Amino acid sequence: MTATTDTVEEMRALIGVAQYEEAGEFPVERGYIWTTCASVENGNPLFWDDDAARAITDGLIAPPTMLSVWFRPHHWAPDRDAPHLPLQIHFDLKDRLGLPEAVMSDNTIVFHDPVRPGDVLATRQILRSVSDEKTTKLGTGRFWVIDVEYTNQEGALVGVESYTGFGYRRG
Amino acid sequence: MAEDTTTPVLLFSEVAVGDRLPQLAYDVTATTVVLGALASRDWRPMHHDKDFAVDRNGTQDIFLNTPNQAAWFERFLTDWTGPHGRLARMTFRMHGSVFPGDTMVFTGVVDEVTVDDTGCGWVGVDVTLSVGDDVKTTCDARIAVPVEGDDNPWSRTGDRWQP
Repeated sequence: MTATTDTVEEMRALIGVAQYEEAGEFPVERGYIWTTCASVENGNPLFWDDDAARAITDGLIAPPTMLSVWFRPHHWAPDRDAPHLPLQIHFDLKDRLGLPEAVMSDNTIVFHDPVRPGDVLATRQILRSVSDEKTTKLGTGRFWVIDVEYTNQEGALVGVESYTGFGYRRG
Repeated sequence: MAEDTTTPVLLFSEVAVGDRLPQLAYDVTATTVVLGALASRDWRPMHHDKDFAVDRNGTQDIFLNTPNQAAWFERFLTDWTGPHGRLARMTFRMHGSVFPGDTMVFTGVVDEVTVDDTGCGWVGVDVTLSVGDDVKTTCDARIAVPVEGDDNPWSRTGDRWQP
């Protein structure tokens, strides 16, 4: 199946529109911060020494790179609704544009306000661009950029992940 | 408290383009991989079940997941800057997997030093995770470090934080 011009324009109409808004399943918690620091032997005093955290970051914070961890669900939870797939827009694009294969070429994380224990984060996905048709060594398809924005309970932006995907048909 | 954490470890004036960060080498075991998967709540079997990784993914073993690699890159950078270093941006490119038995080596080279119009001191670091001669992951990082001894990037909010 090849996408019609109409389908491409339909997907492009979603550029800049917040989709798949979702709240975290549980608050940011210190136990998981320690689990992560232990897994990489990160002794940064911000995560282990309350006095240092008070002096430098005005209280405890989570390691910035844990941003997406707060949205990965526990393996089981009672009465859980099926959560949205991470990067649902990526799968929507593949499906609507008729591109069976896809790869992520790179991803960028930008860190804004610190994330702190007790925060309840929310996320939303925003399509930023869909390219014209291109041919690479993988095949013919389109590049797209999807942002995942994270905010805290006060609505402040805490971070943005940007993913560049290439959906294609084998050449 | 034995350690003085109020004085910045690294000041902007001490950093120059071309500087190399202290190298970090780490022997990866199956425990490393499983701990990292658990810590990032990544339950996909190729990060804990060797049979699945080999039979279904066609890889030689279980392998380190991407979110945990981000945590390793963070540790590598803040080991260098100390706690006042504030990460702003990281761009990852994945080239190959890291397996139990590998010695992963993190190296970093400063590729940019700038002060923005709010007075924030920015350092760009080109970080590479290698195993032997193979580059496994690269990370372009941007991190703020104190310009003066009493400067603290973590106190920046709103327009004064331009990551």
